[in-house]
Amino acid sequence: MTNEIEQIPVALTVNGEKVSKLIEPRLSLVDFLRNELELTGSHIGCEHGVCGACTVRVNGEIVRGCLMLAVQANGGEVETIEGASDSGKIDDLQKAFHERNALQCGFCTPGMLMTTTELLATNPDPSREEIREYLSGNYCRCTGYEAIVDAIETVAQERKGA
Amino acid sequence: MKPAAFNYAKPSSVEEVLGLLSEYGDEATILAGGQSLIPTMNMRLSAPALVIDINGLDNLNGISDEGDRLRIGALTRHVEIENSELIASHAPLITLAMPSIAHPAIRNRGTFGGSVAMADPAAELPACLCALDGEIEITGQNGVRKVVAKDFFKELYETDAGDGEILTAIEIPKISAGYRSAFDELARRHGDYAMCGIAAHAKVDRDVLSDLRLAFFAVGGTPVIATQAMSAMEGKSVDDESIFAAQSALEDDLEPFDDLHCSATLRMHYAKELTKRMLTTLSARN
Repeated sequence: MTNEIEQIPVALTVNGEKVSKLIEPRLSLVDFLRNELELTGSHIGCEHGVCGACTVRVNGEIVRGCLMLAVQANGGEVETIEGASDSGKIDDLQKAFHERNALQCGFCTPGMLMTTTELLATNPDPSREEIREYLSGNYCRCTGYEAIVDAIETVAQERKGA
Repeated sequence: MKPAAFNYAKPSSVEEVLGLLSEYGDEATILAGGQSLIPTMNMRLSAPALVIDINGLDNLNGISDEGDRLRIGALTRHVEIENSELIASHAPLITLAMPSIAHPAIRNRGTFGGSVAMADPAAELPACLCALDGEIEITGQNGVRKVVAKDFFKELYETDAGDGEILTAIEIPKISAGYRSAFDELARRHGDYAMCGIAAHAKVDRDVLSDLRLAFFAVGGTPVIATQAMSAMEGKSVDDESIFAAQSALEDDLEPFDDLHCSATLRMHYAKELTKRMLTTLSARN
């Protein structure tokens, strides 16, 4: 069957800015962010929901940017690592990742930071095991995770003391 | 790793969905949470001409108390079920299974109905529904019908829902007094597809189990209800002897397969180990 593809108009808020575009339905949210908006902080690893490098927040919840169509974010609010970073609210996390050597190549880091932000919002005082469980959907091929867990634990303790 | 081009529709009623399904036939596919469908489309294992996004059907959302059963709308997200007091009180098996379903970002998006309709042999919820005698509500041009879980899962990725029908809800009988549930699975990485998993449910009187249900997943094309192991254990105290009898009976119940992750022999070993764990957990006094 020949299939003439109809483009779809979308209007959404990305990192606080309103965006309107005409897009193909097959465009994934992360491709939309990277290619249409040049927000290349969200990375594309596996494109089938396994690695977590494309994690972004949609309407307040983290999702896989490769497993959501951009058209599905129509009318919604998206936050990427660029927005989270610019807001200053993850400064302590970023600093702890740096200090604890919780990244080497850095490819997984945006996804790690987005996932950690949700973890600490829902569970401000996680055990190391709970941290590992929450991050189970984010692959890191450099660090062996131990340093990442250290960094997150440090921030949780600092925030508790603050 | 990009999906083939498709057209997109976002209807606002079940009737509209049924209309599109009858117009497009098997060239259309229903998009709920998308956490299984989109990977298959990205890998071009499926290439529908039309994707029908049902996320606008608000009346398919939510969990309700229907007296002796719970009704879960097909679009209810895993995260909502994981955090639901109603589910924890009346269908604790589902609450126990939730943390094993993929990862937080996927549970934020994935839906109960989508998981059941996809009928992945390694998925947790189909086995839980088989253990609990859940019912699946399917809506089509001829109205609404219900199918019990054990008849719904037909073959690998094949269910009783036909072309032109849509899964609209799942109903689960509330747990009765004296009954307990247990759940476990073994996977290479937490949240990944299981190499073997089990959902268990029984009436427990001290350490005696009756009306036992053992439903396995990731050991066959569909969830497998281990009837021989269940009858080996029926009315018995949980001890080394009865556990061994139930484990031995699994040789008749299961026909595990080899794949990249795990051999058939290892799967059978895991099934026996999980059976022991479940029987012990169910009978543990607290």
